[in-house]
Amino acid sequence: MPGVFETLPALVNGNAALVRRGRYCTTTFLVEVGDTAWLISVHEGRVEKVERGPFLMRAWSFAVRAPAAAWQKFWEPVPAPGYHDIFAMTKGGHARVEGNLQPLMANLRFIKDLLAAPRRRA
Amino acid sequence: MAELEPIVGRYLTLALAGRRHRVYFEEAGQGIPLVCLHTAGADGRQFRHLMNDEAVTRHYRVLAFDMPWHGKSPPPAGWQDEEYTLTTRGYVDLIMTFITTLGLERPVVLGCSIGGKIVLELARLHAKSFRALIGLESADYQAPWYDDTGWLHRSDVHGGEVSGALMSGLIAPQSPEETRWDTLWMYMMSGPGVFKGDLFFYRADGDFRDRVAQIDTSHCPLYLLTGEYDFSCTPEDTLRTAAKIQGARVTIMKEIGHFPMSENPAQFRRYLLPVLDEIRAAR
Repeated sequence: MPGVFETLPALVNGNAALVRRGRYCTTTFLVEVGDTAWLISVHEGRVEKVERGPFLMRAWSFAVRAPAAAWQKFWEPVPAPGYHDIFAMTKGGHARVEGNLQPLMANLRFIKDLLAAPRRRA
Repeated sequence: MAELEPIVGRYLTLALAGRRHRVYFEEAGQGIPLVCLHTAGADGRQFRHLMNDEAVTRHYRVLAFDMPWHGKSPPPAGWQDEEYTLTTRGYVDLIMTFITTLGLERPVVLGCSIGGKIVLELARLHAKSFRALIGLESADYQAPWYDDTGWLHRSDVHGGEVSGALMSGLIAPQSPEETRWDTLWMYMMSGPGVFKGDLFFYRADGDFRDRVAQIDTSHCPLYLLTGEYDFSCTPEDTLRTAAKIQGARVTIMKEIGHFPMSENPAQFRRYLLPVLDEIRAAR
């Protein structure tokens, strides 16, 4: 899925309501799309940096991992049942959420909306 | 002209497990009593669209109470030193006490999620007391999609925000923005630890796999309706449950998630009105 995460800073930072929702969120988290790893750095609700792996000794708080095909379904304009939410995907065995979940849970709506932001492009 | 809705709210005192509880309920309409049971961590406002729907209230007296600790029903005196936990026995007692105290005669009960689950116990234990039972997002068991309800009640995560955020995924993508966020607002307002206490019943105490086969639908029709986007109680969970209950009638609802009556009332009534008509015709 090249390209999707490069658009994140514009998609998130250009959405004032979303930035406000994430104003208490400052963390770096990992997203895996199949074998490709991405580190997403958020500062007070703004996406500051998106980096493409592979990474060797980089720290992150939590990780969301799924095969490329699952993310593709997640980003459909109207996703199918089971692919419409990251926890629907973890329950269905299509994704994994790992690491220190406190920053995720404390900012869950913001992170969910951030991950779903590419959906709007369709 | 003032835009007044037909919904009226009152408080009622109920004795539950030997303690006085002040219980808030709302009602609208007249005819066959239709008692509505809200989801975990929410309250009776979820049924405001049903209560404002003349196609329903023309024939049904729709009532919805806020469970103790929820909405406008406070916890009982002394709550500050207790941890709230919902049990199967306590939940059945609450529903039966509400119905007998108000003198509702053979009501229909419609419940969603925990309310849909307890409907299965009402069908098993008290079938003759009801005209019909309707379980939304109802199953004898659901494989959990969370394994740590501690996230719902701790000091470094806002309980209301995380509850709303978790529930957002259980709403179908097609549900309108207004009713989607209205549904989440109720979760965001829930008292500390209340949602977690309800989930004890939903997840642990309410495992009815060993007993739903005892349900006899010849005494009381049982309708089970589940939304296709519900990954908490999935359509497969409901179908598997219904397969064990002779005479249970199942509908899988398109473009609906875990909160049919509040996330997309217009879509839900397409499925509910024929059920209510059938119940009325069968008297």
